[in-house]
Amino acid sequence: MSMPVSITRTLFAAAASCLLASCAGTPDNVPVAGVDPAEARRAAIAASFEPKGQAGLDRLEQNDMQRICSEYEGQSVPNELAQQIIDAATAAVVFPADGNYFGDWRKGEWVAKTGTGLQQNDDPTQPSGGNCYACHQMAAEEIAYGTLAPPLDQYGKIRGTSEPILKYTWTRLWNSHAYNACSHMPRFGEAGILTEQQLKDVMAYLFDPASPVNLSAQTKP
Amino acid sequence: MNRNPIQRLLVALILTVPVATVQAREDDIFAEYRAMFGEDNPAELVEMQGEELWNAARGPKQVALDGCDLGLGAGVTKGAYAQLPRWFEDAGKVMDLETRLLFCMERLQGLDVAALRKQPYSEQGQQQTDLESLSAFIAAQSRGLPIAVPQSHPAERAAFASGAKFFNFRGGPHDFSCATCHSQDGKRIRLQSLLQLNSVEGAKASFATWPAYRIAQGAVRTIEWRMADCARQQRLPGLVHGSQVAIDLITYLGVQANGAVLTAPGLKR
Amino acid sequence: MANPMRIRATTSSGVTEVKALMSHPMETGMRKDSSGAAVPAHHITTVIAKHNDKVVLTAEWGAAVSQNPFLQFRFSGGAPGDKVAISWTDNKGDSRTDEVVLT
Repeated sequence: MSMPVSITRTLFAAAASCLLASCAGTPDNVPVAGVDPAEARRAAIAASFEPKGQAGLDRLEQNDMQRICSEYEGQSVPNELAQQIIDAATAAVVFPADGNYFGDWRKGEWVAKTGTGLQQNDDPTQPSGGNCYACHQMAAEEIAYGTLAPPLDQYGKIRGTSEPILKYTWTRLWNSHAYNACSHMPRFGEAGILTEQQLKDVMAYLFDPASPVNLSAQTKP
Repeated sequence: MNRNPIQRLLVALILTVPVATVQAREDDIFAEYRAMFGEDNPAELVEMQGEELWNAARGPKQVALDGCDLGLGAGVTKGAYAQLPRWFEDAGKVMDLETRLLFCMERLQGLDVAALRKQPYSEQGQQQTDLESLSAFIAAQSRGLPIAVPQSHPAERAAFASGAKFFNFRGGPHDFSCATCHSQDGKRIRLQSLLQLNSVEGAKASFATWPAYRIAQGAVRTIEWRMADCARQQRLPGLVHGSQVAIDLITYLGVQANGAVLTAPGLKR
Repeated sequence: MANPMRIRATTSSGVTEVKALMSHPMETGMRKDSSGAAVPAHHITTVIAKHNDKVVLTAEWGAAVSQNPFLQFRFSGGAPGDKVAISWTDNKGDSRTDEVVLT
């Protein structure tokens, strides 16, 4: 797979200017005169990776959100930029075409527990998981949960199934940045990680009264 | 079923196992496992192979690697790993242990290292590669010494700064950066505890234990292997061996870890 | 010839403790490779440890022992100069013997 034209051009420019300045021995990451530092950085990053399996170099091209959030990681994002991210995320949410938010909680459970999908070594013809348990506590029966994100146990039981809460939850799954600019949560809908049907299955896992998420441990026989 | 109140209370108490207990139990299991091994570690077998490779006359030039300068002078292995990555004048770049080993194998021994560059690490069930064995051996020669990754050359400082910056680089379909998982203390993915790698404490705890025998892999793995495997889990394309990003990240981690005593080769899950 | 094992044997108060790290893939025969085919079983079946010429331990291993086995055991007796030898045989007929001298 060939590199995007702009990166190839930048590398060529960097190499050319390097030759002219006779900087053989200048390390790659020390600034070179005449080369835009941001472009040079992008070029250096692109040169450090190679396409592998289904993961191509296009995955290194940052969108606005990724660029801004990378810059402000660990700090508070300036209000204007945060609002920009929130507005863009909100505007792009795609709700279920048939107006039905719920699928099958058993399939949603599979999505929550499965951590594969979209890696170099994953089969692109197979469905991806959402790996929710990597970061979230969910069903009380599942003790192997991560602590990187808020707990979701009893999710539907606590919140009910009013239209606003369904819309809120769907939006969180689709693109969490609509509520939290620079959220660490992947954009499961917008980035195409999960299909609409899978998202509906996850909604069922969260809201269905029969789902393990909404059962307390003691109610199991 | 008719459960008496006391049984119900016991069940409730047992089932509300706090997070800390679950965490401690997981770590305890590996602490026990390590205690059973004591001083021993399957990595020793790999170190022995590495030592043989280091001392063997190989390649078209039929010389051993005892002429290889890992930063402390030709053939000096003791303490070398503790101060890598570093700038090498003869190569004109900052190199980590693996890139330096490949450089020496090519330059001194005349070996064709293209295949190793393409596939530096063994697959599960395969024999360890020469690079892994040599890395285990050289790392073992720095065991017990303090990490001292240098920052005296501008390129070394630039590598640190670039590494710190790339740590926050969000990319791929999941928008993952190193920071996504490694920028907070006391967190875990599923039941695997995570270190805060943009902190001195976390970097020390991590850097001091690589390379390590990974039980699940049944093999010695290096820190550069780990970086490449992170890239895979981040849904990024393949991290090129010896690439600038790889060297930058290892430098960033290593410099933060300066002062910590190397316990590598370690024993990990 | 299979990879060497690393043996450590220390003796104190009439008891000798032996630790051995063996290099072996210990394939169960149930693992599937990337093409979906089962990787054939390849594991140690018998281990024999000797103190000088006396057998002090025999073991019959199967698929449950994991890759690069670590074996630790004690026997009574042992003095500096004595030999401890460990041999293994696997299901493919490969074998390996290594020995150490007690100090």
